[in-house]
Amino acid sequence: MSTLKIGVLALQGDFREHQHSVEQLGAVTVEIRHLRDLDRIDALIIPGGESTTINKFDEAFGGKVFATISDYGHKGMPIYGTCMGSIVLASRIEAMNQKSMGLMDITVRRNAYGPQRASFETLLDIKELGAEPFPAIFIRAPQIVEAGPAVSVLATIGDTIAMARQGRFLLTTFHPEITDDLRVHKYFLDIIRDNDTRQRPTPVTRLHNHANARPSLTLVGT
Amino acid sequence: MATKVQEKKDSGAQVGTERVKKALPQMLKGGVIMDVVNAEQAKIAEESGACAVMALERVPADIRADGGVARMSDPELISKIIESVSIPVMAKARIGHFVEAQILESLGVDCIDESEVLTPADEEFHIDKSKFTIPFVCGARNLGEALRRIGEGAAMMRTKGEAGTGDVVEAVRHARAILGAIKKLTVMPDEELMTYARDLGAPYELVKQVKLEGKLPVVNFAAGGIATPADAALLMQLGVDGVFVGSGIFKSGNPLKRAQAIVKATTYFNDPEVLAEVSKNLGEPMVGRTVQSLTEKEQLAVRGW
Repeated sequence: MSTLKIGVLALQGDFREHQHSVEQLGAVTVEIRHLRDLDRIDALIIPGGESTTINKFDEAFGGKVFATISDYGHKGMPIYGTCMGSIVLASRIEAMNQKSMGLMDITVRRNAYGPQRASFETLLDIKELGAEPFPAIFIRAPQIVEAGPAVSVLATIGDTIAMARQGRFLLTTFHPEITDDLRVHKYFLDIIRDNDTRQRPTPVTRLHNHANARPSLTLVGT
Repeated sequence: MATKVQEKKDSGAQVGTERVKKALPQMLKGGVIMDVVNAEQAKIAEESGACAVMALERVPADIRADGGVARMSDPELISKIIESVSIPVMAKARIGHFVEAQILESLGVDCIDESEVLTPADEEFHIDKSKFTIPFVCGARNLGEALRRIGEGAAMMRTKGEAGTGDVVEAVRHARAILGAIKKLTVMPDEELMTYARDLGAPYELVKQVKLEGKLPVVNFAAGGIATPADAALLMQLGVDGVFVGSGIFKSGNPLKRAQAIVKATTYFNDPEVLAEVSKNLGEPMVGRTVQSLTEKEQLAVRGW
């Protein structure tokens, strides 16, 4: 299996922690500060950070940051957002006049728990990651308060969503990158590998004797 | 003390743990934290892309000019700043003044700066920061000072620099001193660590941890005298995680434009072409004062023990 190249959006936030997590799983990473670098990667992580700051970067570049990443997302690039990253992936942001990429059919409530004194850690049950609960750290975290039918809910906290997936897009409102538990990042790498086999045409060597099979194989990826 | 650590929430969630306190500064990395004295300035800072604001009574340049005792801001002003922005709000308390810190925590600020820029309330002891639910940032000039503050529970460090001067030389000196000492420590034989810890005046366990990890156990920003985009990029290239800008923005000719430029320079710190572009036509920088021209009494960085 070829080494995965993961881009981490490095405009502001804890991008190094994400790099450290996926590097421990054997991936190589690229800090993404220029949109041209999106061409060099298999998937993107949008880290924790200040969503207002990222929005101001998007404005400063004439809206191109969100539009371009969203384009890559639509064309098949897997994207994982944590905390701030989950806000910019959302289709709807409650009570805020703030732009986002609109890649996931969810409504997000920013800074839903209040100031830092309400930030917390807890153990979350996440079935997809096995029986052992996940140490989840919520820092001035958002809540996902609504999700469309295409969204799979992977973890909840109270009556809101803490982890969700829609196809090749993944979000957590908490921060696995600041723990030693690599299961969420491993889950994302598995999404990338699954996506890879579905997106790319089957290698020619396997098609040699099955010329007729080509149309149906392409359909699998759509 | 009025504050409680690890108060249980209904779901078994824990607030104010060491991990939760250290995590907030991690989310601020690669960003710029700006000094503001009122809600209008806070909005300009947010508009420019600041990742947090620091509320204080007067910016350091004015504290220098006016003299007198500098204290925590009026709580009313801090509440107005909190209401006016959605980014994190920090506020300064005097060194050792744990009651100012209790008041700031009750107001709902996200982080407290126990700061040498204000007039110290205690000339011997700092605040026991581990007792609070919210994180503290503290200044340091060298590794020993940084590890003493972390030992007291600081969740974030910054260089002291020399605030209110617009002269970056002290921030550079402190960043080099801290980062250089960490590099030396990583290759130091284990049997030398106890004596080194004694000489530093730092907790032995933290000295061991820094040797093992090759970095401070908390986020480390630069502060004190940063006035231009190039200053911010210089400190980032030296290896800090982000920058504080105090008087440099609101004492300049065009605060919004300068603030935006410093935010970009902190992200693109390694990219001279971007730095050249953002440094153009920023208007008048703050009127500086060289650190060399200060008498020892005028230096703020010597406060803290």
